[in-house]
Amino acid sequence: MAPNSIHWFRKGLRLHDNPALLQAVRGAGTVRCVYFLDPWFAGSSNVGVNRWRFLLQCLEDLDANLRKLNSRLFVIRGQPANVFPRLFKEWKISRLTFEYDSEPFGKERDAAIKKLAMEAGVEVNVKTSHTLYDLDKIIELNGGQPPLTYKRFQTLISRLDPPEMPVETLSDALMGGCVTPVSEDHGDKYGVPSLEELGFDTEGLPTAVWPGGETEALTRIERHLERKAWVANFERPRMNANSLLASPTGLSPYLRFGCLSCRLFYFKLTDLYRKVKKNSSPPLSLYGQLLWREFFYTTATNNPRFDKMEGNPICVRIPWDKNPEALAKWAEAKTGFPWIDAIMTQLRQEGWIHHLARHAVACFLTRGDLWISWEEGMKVFEELLLDADWSVNAGSWMWLSCSSFFQQFFHCYCPVGFGRRTDPNGDFIRRYLPVLRGFPAKYIYDPWNAPESVQAAAKCVIGVHYPKPMVHHAEASRLNIERMKQIYQQLSRYRGLGLLASVPSSNGNGTGGMMAYSPGEQPPGTNNNNNNSHCKNDVLLTIPFLFHPGLLLHGRGGITGKRERESERDGSGEKEPTACSRHKMQRQNAQVRLRLSGTPYGSYLAPGAAQRNARRKCLSVSQLSTENVLLHIIIIIIIIVIIYIISLWNYRHKYR
Amino acid sequence: MKRIKGVEEDSNSSSSKSPPEVCKKVRKQTSDESVAVVASESTESDWARLPQELLLHIFQYLPLLDRAYASQVCRTWNQAFHMPELWRCFEFELNQPASSYLKATHPDLIKQIIKRHSNHLQYVSFKVDSSTESAEAACDILSQLVNCSLKTLGLISTARPSFMEVPKSHFISALTVVFVNSKSLSSLKIDDTPVDDPSLKVLVANNSDTLKLLKMSSCPHVSPAGILCVADQCHGLRELALNYHLLSDELLLALSSEKHVHLEHLRIDVVSENPGQHFHTIKKSSWDAMVRHSPKFNLVMYFFLYEDEFGPFFNEEVPVTHLYFGRSVSKEVLGRVGLHCPRLVELVVCANGLRPLDEELIRIAKHCTQLSAIGLGECEVSCSAFVEFVKMCGRRLSQLSIMEEVLIPDHKYSLDEIHWEVSKHLGRVWFPDMMPTW
Repeated sequence: MAPNSIHWFRKGLRLHDNPALLQAVRGAGTVRCVYFLDPWFAGSSNVGVNRWRFLLQCLEDLDANLRKLNSRLFVIRGQPANVFPRLFKEWKISRLTFEYDSEPFGKERDAAIKKLAMEAGVEVNVKTSHTLYDLDKIIELNGGQPPLTYKRFQTLISRLDPPEMPVETLSDALMGGCVTPVSEDHGDKYGVPSLEELGFDTEGLPTAVWPGGETEALTRIERHLERKAWVANFERPRMNANSLLASPTGLSPYLRFGCLSCRLFYFKLTDLYRKVKKNSSPPLSLYGQLLWREFFYTTATNNPRFDKMEGNPICVRIPWDKNPEALAKWAEAKTGFPWIDAIMTQLRQEGWIHHLARHAVACFLTRGDLWISWEEGMKVFEELLLDADWSVNAGSWMWLSCSSFFQQFFHCYCPVGFGRRTDPNGDFIRRYLPVLRGFPAKYIYDPWNAPESVQAAAKCVIGVHYPKPMVHHAEASRLNIERMKQIYQQLSRYRGLGLLASVPSSNGNGTGGMMAYSPGEQPPGTNNNNNNSHCKNDVLLTIPFLFHPGLLLHGRGGITGKRERESERDGSGEKEPTACSRHKMQRQNAQVRLRLSGTPYGSYLAPGAAQRNARRKCLSVSQLSTENVLLHIIIIIIIIVIIYIISLWNYRHKYR
Repeated sequence: MKRIKGVEEDSNSSSSKSPPEVCKKVRKQTSDESVAVVASESTESDWARLPQELLLHIFQYLPLLDRAYASQVCRTWNQAFHMPELWRCFEFELNQPASSYLKATHPDLIKQIIKRHSNHLQYVSFKVDSSTESAEAACDILSQLVNCSLKTLGLISTARPSFMEVPKSHFISALTVVFVNSKSLSSLKIDDTPVDDPSLKVLVANNSDTLKLLKMSSCPHVSPAGILCVADQCHGLRELALNYHLLSDELLLALSSEKHVHLEHLRIDVVSENPGQHFHTIKKSSWDAMVRHSPKFNLVMYFFLYEDEFGPFFNEEVPVTHLYFGRSVSKEVLGRVGLHCPRLVELVVCANGLRPLDEELIRIAKHCTQLSAIGLGECEVSCSAFVEFVKMCGRRLSQLSIMEEVLIPDHKYSLDEIHWEVSKHLGRVWFPDMMPTW
């Protein structure tokens, strides 16, 4: 008897390039495509109306496209774990297919469902199609650890085979003899609900700027490519006032929900590039947007605490301020900075903002001005941003708040100057903040500086009709840059005066002195009293063993740059035995643990420098945490012995 | 290799140590042979007889919590726990659950320290979150430190500066307790606090011979006269951080007087309170005197100004070594930097207008022969000018952090080519900095 299949839609809301769906119909007697409504967000309350609408539109479109194949979508209210066993029985199911979900929560859920299915004698087929690559392969190639810099990620990608080609769109021909039994009351039982049914007040809801659905996505990708072909320029488009607005060629929400296959996008870009550039092979930068997404999926896939600061091994612990009032002002577009408020208004109204606008508001909330935790910002984006995916959202926030991924923190976006540079006229602000419409371009980014007469003429008095700026930006930047510097100096143990060298990734050779009250390593006997509060891991900042392995293993003079180190390895990895072993060391999942709350102290004063050094050594050794410690040590000892022998030999040779 | 495992467990498990592990630590941290003997031959019964000095040595490497556990083992260990050497450094963390994600030092522990160990404290810092309560708690502790002699004191605001919210008199009286009682204070970090001239006078009266480091950026109650008094009296001062409004010709002359030691670091924050603020100038002769007196001193300047406020700056030679422009700075000012900052080592420009900085960079490369680090944020530079700049500076550029958007492709180089070209001149692989395009 031909099997009865269920295809379970979660993301991947499309009929094109959907290998798991094809698997469901292949040789099957019946197929039912299901979507569960409530587990998608777990707590649906923190998802805004725009995202819900987008999702429902995707489902409508999916249902409409399935109808064309004489099938339907079954929207099921409930939790998959509760409902599946019943469905298996009721529909006599023997095959379940779904798209692979790389996120930790998804993997856990899927494992549970797989188990249920096996118990019910249902065969489970899972296919990767939400990402270009098999993420586990990338991690494997990197020695079992996710790459923590985008450069490294690009290097790994360039060693992999190109992504697999998209599979055929589900068609009548592919359906073959496979049918979908649809009952009379399908609409009542399994129809796509409306926003009202979900409890949203839709009165006065403007039409969607971003209509959901596969059909829309496919129209957009054509438009997107047409425009690219027209411009015939594949470099990153330069920012201007227009780029801030929602574009009919924008694709990110469609990729997020899987209305558009990333592989389809990838290959269409490749084809176009070859056509326009006469067969020269495309650079990685062509796929920038897709690869960033892939990068964050890769870093998050094995890290269930990727969206948290505490307990997240790749996140730097920063003493963010808890300040609900300030957070609310930011989220509700009442900061008093028109540039920030206009972006937040656009986000709330339309569900999408340009990536540079994201940088601007994220920087403002976190390291730039308000010093509020990136987790709070991430939650707001999760509610409002259509393309906010767990991995990509958290990853971007960590990136933008300089909480991970090792970038320079001096790149702070000015809430006044950045916007002015992008859109000197201020049209973007007038569009989203009509109250400021009357201000001349000169003052529209800093209306509080406008003379009273100008404010009166604009019919908008600052402090009455529009709020005063909630922070003194210059003062806030001064404080924040200092804090970031302290935190990063602790990380890198850099004690010089340079700002750039405080980021661990950079090659910095302490210039000797320090001004700094740079809280470097802990002098012995320091009372690290965080320890006595609760769990000890609290004070341990765990950062990956990516940077200065050279320092740890060989005690080389300078700390070489991480990027440099990476590429050095790529180019000429096998130059010397130490290079290999360093590579190996790095590949193992060793992690550097640094004490964040180390007691500072001034250059002159810390007692017993020698002791401190001993302490430092002890720390560096203790940095090889994990279970493979023994292996590491053996390797180190072997290397040391080899180096020792070689140097001994050299020495003799020289003086013979 | 085993000893490393010991250390590992030390940081992982907060439970009490088993003696063999502790013993390995001893072996590791001392080269004393007898210790090695003790270590290799010890059985558990010997532990009570471990000499106090060794115990102390071990304890110094244990976090407080582990020491506390260890102190419950036996009387000797308990005595060791209270040895003064272990209480020289302490970092008080004062956070409120409502304003911080981080844990605070337990109040009982604070009480204990004040009661039993305040006379042992020498290196003390207070990390305080943004709540006024925390800052007040810090002041309360400070005012109880009557019988101790601190060498280092740091008041650190980890979020918004909360010491500024404490009633000034409360803060000052707490701080002066320390100044009066600790006669050998040598390092003091009191940025963003309401410290004032009279309290600095007390500091000078009690600690003038020992003070070496004073960081007091953004202390609005201090006047130029107040800091001048410090510079006049504290001849051992080597590191100083303050805001530009406190910087004066007199101050520089005082710091370069004969009886004064060589200054090592001077950090100046130039912050504008409101747009269009006028800033005074410092005479070239004062800077010259400074350089003559302390030829190797580092001058670190952080600017947080509006573009039109740069008038008084960089018109004459300034011995600045590290320059950070936190807000937009004009092409013109950067041009002046290229002419007048021969000692420049690091330059960070967060933002500039839309006109490319080509000539300015070339000029900086030409005149600033010490330049080894540069960071560019929201600026524009043509690719060929950038390559030229890198070529001129060559391998001494150890830090080169350029946002991808900064580089404007031109007829000579595309974005893909530039990283090869730059890498070639640097002698190492280099890429521009990127931000996620998502």
